[in-house]
Amino acid sequence: MANTFQFDPIELPPECKELRQEVRAFLKQEIDAGTFSPGGGRSENAAAFARKVGAKGWIGMTWPKQYGGQGRTQLERYVVTEEMLAHRAPTRHYSTADRQSGPVLLRYGQEEVKQNILPRITSGELCFCIGLSEPNSGSDVFAASTRATKTDGGWLVNGRKIWTSNAHNADYMIGLLRTSNSTPENRRHGLTQFLIDVKSKGITIRPIINLTGAHDFNEVVFDDVFVPDLHMIGEVDMAWKQASAELAYERSGPDRWLETLQSLVELVRIVGPEPSERQAEGIGREVAHLATMRRMSLSIAGMLQAGHSPAAEAAIVKDLGTNFEQALPNKVRLMAPVRGDSAPDSNDDRFEQALNYTTLIAPKLTIQGGTREILRGIIARGLGLR
Amino acid sequence: MPDSIIVDTATKIFQDLCEADTINKAEKGEWPTALWDALEESYLPLTWVPDDLGGAGAEIADGFAVLRVAGRFAAPVPIAETLLAGWLLAQAGISSPSGPMTIAPVHEDGNIEIGADGALKGRARHVPFARNAAHIAVVGTRGGESVVALVAAKGLAISPGIGLSGEPRDTVSFDGATALAVQPAPGLDPAKLTLIAAAARTQQMAGALERILEQSVQFSLDRVQFGRPIAKFQAVQHNLATLAGEVAAASAAADLAAEAIALNGVDGVEADVAIAKLRVGDAAGAGAAIAHQVHGAMGFTYEHTLHHSTRRLWGWREEFGNETLWAERLGRMVAAQGADALWPFVTQGS
Repeated sequence: MANTFQFDPIELPPECKELRQEVRAFLKQEIDAGTFSPGGGRSENAAAFARKVGAKGWIGMTWPKQYGGQGRTQLERYVVTEEMLAHRAPTRHYSTADRQSGPVLLRYGQEEVKQNILPRITSGELCFCIGLSEPNSGSDVFAASTRATKTDGGWLVNGRKIWTSNAHNADYMIGLLRTSNSTPENRRHGLTQFLIDVKSKGITIRPIINLTGAHDFNEVVFDDVFVPDLHMIGEVDMAWKQASAELAYERSGPDRWLETLQSLVELVRIVGPEPSERQAEGIGREVAHLATMRRMSLSIAGMLQAGHSPAAEAAIVKDLGTNFEQALPNKVRLMAPVRGDSAPDSNDDRFEQALNYTTLIAPKLTIQGGTREILRGIIARGLGLR
Repeated sequence: MPDSIIVDTATKIFQDLCEADTINKAEKGEWPTALWDALEESYLPLTWVPDDLGGAGAEIADGFAVLRVAGRFAAPVPIAETLLAGWLLAQAGISSPSGPMTIAPVHEDGNIEIGADGALKGRARHVPFARNAAHIAVVGTRGGESVVALVAAKGLAISPGIGLSGEPRDTVSFDGATALAVQPAPGLDPAKLTLIAAAARTQQMAGALERILEQSVQFSLDRVQFGRPIAKFQAVQHNLATLAGEVAAASAAADLAAEAIALNGVDGVEADVAIAKLRVGDAAGAGAAIAHQVHGAMGFTYEHTLHHSTRRLWGWREEFGNETLWAERLGRMVAAQGADALWPFVTQGS
């Protein structure tokens, strides 16, 4: 079958099952200690939490030991990641570096940088952000115009990145910068990835408050920022060749279908052990879709472990996953029992908090990390339509 | 992982002998002799019967893989039913005869009683391919205990019906018939048979979904409107991308149930079957709608073969429990375990 995508079945090996129990025990301990609350709002302890996870050896755990990793498998990493997400652990200090920035450095970074930076990611010290989008370059990533101009011993950067999550907490950014003009033959030519110290002179970070009222993304302005040659990642002008592997990692993980799960969990709590027919049917349907998604996501982890780069399959998982998680809060809302004056307050507040939060974040889920439209274009290409 | 030789054999047979004309004729009542004989010669219908009971002695996973292929080709023969009948007979240690078989009852509330002398009593509705079967494997009760019986179809009162799939769905009266063999089958009942039968249907459906994706992609590349293939229009591309996602999800969900049954038999697999039948049923509805939209008026003709697969999807999604039935059961399982057990429920076994 030429047009059917391949999702190899995967069985998690016994070490993954043990690891899952270990992660659950760790998370229980952290919840009990008040580091974060799975039903609560945003935890302020993200940096401290990262150090603890680093001490466990769960950041960059698939990387070689010489760079601070544990040489463990993609499947083990998958288990740790999904447990963190399902419990709403505050992973934001290290998750970007663990998922994307670290693997890019590992693959394309210069040796001295790898030895210096990677162990500080795995310890939980360093926080990364990604400098892709610009005011005139959103989904059209390869239209980036923030420029790096060659100078003595390095490069001078000028321009603006926008929607940069966590830039205000980050130590480093991996930025996609223009080093030459695109060519008529290849409009993706001329961009280069750089490791940029976010604390460098000439960088200004301005907060952009999102509609939930939170400060997550930022505008990052570069004014003659010096980046040493050592921090160039991969080949000059050839970033487009390096991007596809990175996207397979970014697009298939459990972070692409678990972000609103808490709304369903809290629904099950207020509904109790004897749901109505309508509630039982609704809950069952969402759980079936969730379990299927998880199997597909796990399959991608297995294919990555086997050394494949399943770009179209990863796009399918993200498209299905983000549509699922985006639609979930509204479905939950319509399944919920009437919550009037006679309802007990205790669980109700928790439900309302989860529902309100997931409703508010829902719109971004099919935009961040590749919009639905971009993903469907990638899938269509995989089908041979373009 | 299924045996690729078995899958290749099945694919070859269907490719050669299950063309559109064969399917159309079968739906008009003409038994596809060449196709069935080729399948039997390869022992494919008895994949789930052990060597010592007259079968091929292959793995459960192999049988599910054969059904995936059969579904992809809209094979108008009781291959799934014969596999299931062989499985059912084997549970009670009864040897499988040759020839096409089917199962009864196909509803969980089915009730067929078998007397001490082997005389049967009861009626079963919607029995697939009963008129074409040489034998029927029955799960029933004898004096209150679960038994499996092998019954010759000849002599049974069979009133014909046709399902939405275009396949025979007949009403069979067993009154007055005598079983050829009856053996105890502790723990088996129509509900247990439904679990493996639902899993079998999801494989056929996943195969049919693969086919409609393939057909839709090809059609969009061939059909020119406004001076270019409709595949070049973004709206069409996005519809087909969505279809591809549903097909992939159906495949994953169907395999989830197949693996659970290969590992555990029919005990403790209710959640896996619920997930599979519900998710594949949802994919069937959404997927068939997109395939038809892409094909336009041509796909709505009898002449085009798209309906071979889409009608089967619509028919099969209703059998052995539709989406609502399994969703409600799954939802009750989740609710009974409570909110904090939801995530462990989803990840159980891994």
